[in-house]
Amino acid sequence: MRAILALEDGTWFEGRGLGRQGRSYGEVVFNTGMTGYQEILTDPSYSGQIVCLTYPMVGNYGVNTDDFESRRVQVEGFIVREADVNPSNWRSTTTLDAFLKQRDIVGIEGIDTRRLTRTIRSRGVMMGSISTDEEPDQIVARIRQSPSYAGVDFVRKVTTEQPYEWPYDGAPKHRVALLDCGVKFNIMRSLANLGCQTTVYPCTASPEEVMESAPDGIMLSPGPGDPDTLGYIVETVRALAGKAPTMGVCLGNQLLGYAFGSRCFKLKFGHRGSNHPVRDMNTGRVYITSQNHGYALDPAHLTGGMEVAHINLNDGTVEGLRHRDLPIFSIQYHPEASPGPTDSMYFFKQFVAMMDAA
Amino acid sequence: MPRDPSIKRVLVIGSGPIIIGQAAEFDYAGTQACRSLREEGVEVILINSNPATIMTDLEMADRVYIEPLNVEFAARIIERERPDGLLATLGGQTGLNLATQLADAGVLERFNVRLLGTPLASIQMAEDREEFRSLMRRIGEPVPESWIVEDTDALAESGTHGVWPLIVRPAYTLGGTGGGIAHNMEQLMEIGSRGLKLSMRGQVMIERCLLGWKEIEYEVMRDANDTCITVCNMENFDPMGVHTGDSIVVAPSQTLSDKEYQMLRTASLNIIRSLGIEGGCNVQLALSPDSFDYFVIEVNPRVSRSSALASKATGYPIARVAAKIAVGLYLDEIQNAVTQKTLACFEPTLDYCVVKIPRWPFDKFTLADRRITTQMKATGEVMAIDRSFEPALMKAIRSLEIGAYGLSGKHVNALSDVQLEERISVATDERLFAIAEAFRRGMMVEEVQALSAIDPWFLHRVRNLVAMETRLRVHGRAIAALADTLDPTAAEVAILREAKRMGFADKQIGECIGLAESLVRDLRRAFGIVATFKMVDTCAAEFEAATPYYYSCYDEETETIA
Repeated sequence: MRAILALEDGTWFEGRGLGRQGRSYGEVVFNTGMTGYQEILTDPSYSGQIVCLTYPMVGNYGVNTDDFESRRVQVEGFIVREADVNPSNWRSTTTLDAFLKQRDIVGIEGIDTRRLTRTIRSRGVMMGSISTDEEPDQIVARIRQSPSYAGVDFVRKVTTEQPYEWPYDGAPKHRVALLDCGVKFNIMRSLANLGCQTTVYPCTASPEEVMESAPDGIMLSPGPGDPDTLGYIVETVRALAGKAPTMGVCLGNQLLGYAFGSRCFKLKFGHRGSNHPVRDMNTGRVYITSQNHGYALDPAHLTGGMEVAHINLNDGTVEGLRHRDLPIFSIQYHPEASPGPTDSMYFFKQFVAMMDAA
Repeated sequence: MPRDPSIKRVLVIGSGPIIIGQAAEFDYAGTQACRSLREEGVEVILINSNPATIMTDLEMADRVYIEPLNVEFAARIIERERPDGLLATLGGQTGLNLATQLADAGVLERFNVRLLGTPLASIQMAEDREEFRSLMRRIGEPVPESWIVEDTDALAESGTHGVWPLIVRPAYTLGGTGGGIAHNMEQLMEIGSRGLKLSMRGQVMIERCLLGWKEIEYEVMRDANDTCITVCNMENFDPMGVHTGDSIVVAPSQTLSDKEYQMLRTASLNIIRSLGIEGGCNVQLALSPDSFDYFVIEVNPRVSRSSALASKATGYPIARVAAKIAVGLYLDEIQNAVTQKTLACFEPTLDYCVVKIPRWPFDKFTLADRRITTQMKATGEVMAIDRSFEPALMKAIRSLEIGAYGLSGKHVNALSDVQLEERISVATDERLFAIAEAFRRGMMVEEVQALSAIDPWFLHRVRNLVAMETRLRVHGRAIAALADTLDPTAAEVAILREAKRMGFADKQIGECIGLAESLVRDLRRAFGIVATFKMVDTCAAEFEAATPYYYSCYDEETETIA
């Protein structure tokens, strides 16, 4: 089945349909990780985006029942050069194509993904669409009449509707309240491994609701989209910050930045992959990190005792904050990994240590 | 930390004569290191007994000594040149051994020469089997269980740990006679008792058998600030039981999910940290094909044959960076020479597939035993890059210069089915061709897997290539007829395009469809099926690259430097 991927600027690619037939629409981004496609597909931070993997052979180890980062596939569309039809791994239960069909995702394979990546690198991320039933000019015309990525509140689409407790056996050492803006399961798993029980709240929860059960710590989750649209959550974060030891991850880092006077700007093509070097300003050590963000904090207007604690070695952007006096810190990348290096798991320990000390 | 200003003059030890497992790759590494040191303003003194190398060219080092690589000559050179430091981790095992001997003989101390890079104690820790095993136990990294037994009681005891199967190796017997694999207590007692009698010392080693497990390697780097990165991982086509130097190797790994990839990456970083290596290091691991179980097999505390491969596969100059770490620089102070925009402190990401095939000398030693096992026999290797596994494999086969243009080998066509199965179950230089022939005869992937223990992922890919041969034959006449119609909408054009994308040579396509090589070339060119060229840039196109190299593939866009 012929499929076309077209971009806002008129560039188009012809390939074969992957997953369901039909149309998908979103911001086209690339991820340079060589493994972890199942985690990427199910990561809520990709809501509203069509993801292209730069690694050319995808689906080699199939899809399994464990490596979900949320209950559903979150990407709008998926782009690969070659989708494997004979996966091999002891945990695999199905192929990438069958999985995408089952989850109603429209994708494309067989295109020159490096050409697409280079296009995005030089012109920046753009809106795009995959279609199995239109010609390129029709698709481009349709894209130009559709809403853009900025200005849409994707967090509202991915947050939990009701508060829930992440399963935990036995008596926990600490209770953590997590504000869900699009959380990945591995954050709760990582906390549980360190003896913490997590209660997950919708992004619309009031500070009072979150604090009602007197949690030992507050976790601000990752999530999708333009943080400029999230003023209501910034208010919540401002009220919560410092009420208990607080850790922010990815969007959580940006929300804390907004709460302490800063703003975000959009990166040309974002940071998405498993190989981004980050310097810890305190120790000078460099860590290889898992990243997925399209916006970065402007460090210039940080106030109220918040300071930059981590920077990206490639482009010098802010990768983490720390409060000078209060037990508050945040990182722009993914200590929960999944996919990507697990080098930054120590942040969860740091969070637990803060709760121990409180 | 900026480079150590007290290091003004460095003695670099080359790897000496070319032997199996230690060939031109060490010249490549040593040359890179000499250039790298001179970039830092260090005066380089080189000693190598092999003048047929690039590193001994006069412009590579400030002074070159072509002398025997032994303590006597090295000591004399040290006495005369009075270097501040010695760099020995780039000259293979030869360089490492000489450095150890110089230290033991007190030469380094007497002339106040510092061993640069990885400390001697770390090297000894990595190379001493028992010390290494106990270090691995201390840091919680699994090593395969093994017991040395000298009587039948201890033999029986070794079978009580619930670890099966076990390899029984009698100590000091000629050619390892009397050994075997035991799957239960009865077999263990039978093989073990026989081994105890056969061994000249009455000693038998019992070890967990990892035959058939996946063999995975990681190339890792560490600086003096304890920052660690992995340059690349690799997966062996041939499972455990074949020396990695004799195995077809693919980079990056293909059958590992992110969980497995990261689990082994973390283990490799734990190991390089615990050893305190400053520079590069190669970690070999065995991974179970049906669980998360793994074992650490071996560590090379130096630039190795595999690191040369990883270097070329990723574009990350391991030897160059290792030399800079040796003079005190941190990874985040060294520039990525390929992008010139980012730093050496990152992990390369690939957007292509690399296949290495060993080159064996059996065409010259026609009577030699062609079986490949745990002792390396290859005298060279070829490496090919393409967008996916099949074309990279095909390019590598052609690069071997053994007269093969693809997976058809004349020698395997004539074999009976029984002989063919034997060629699949016993690893030899011809196994890949035997597997392809088996698929041609209709054998299933599961059957070939049962015989060879090769992961089905690789087998399916080999079968894809055989299926394309068949498609070309079936549609041969129609494809050849395209020359007359030149109809770009004909379905056969897509077959031709796909065959090129899968790495089929024009000559091979011609053989399948009954057309001369040059006519196949004219035909595909008429349909615009031509090679494109893409960069090896260490970063999957995320950043612009300044000094990349290129590989060919049949894709949409050719890249050139602006």
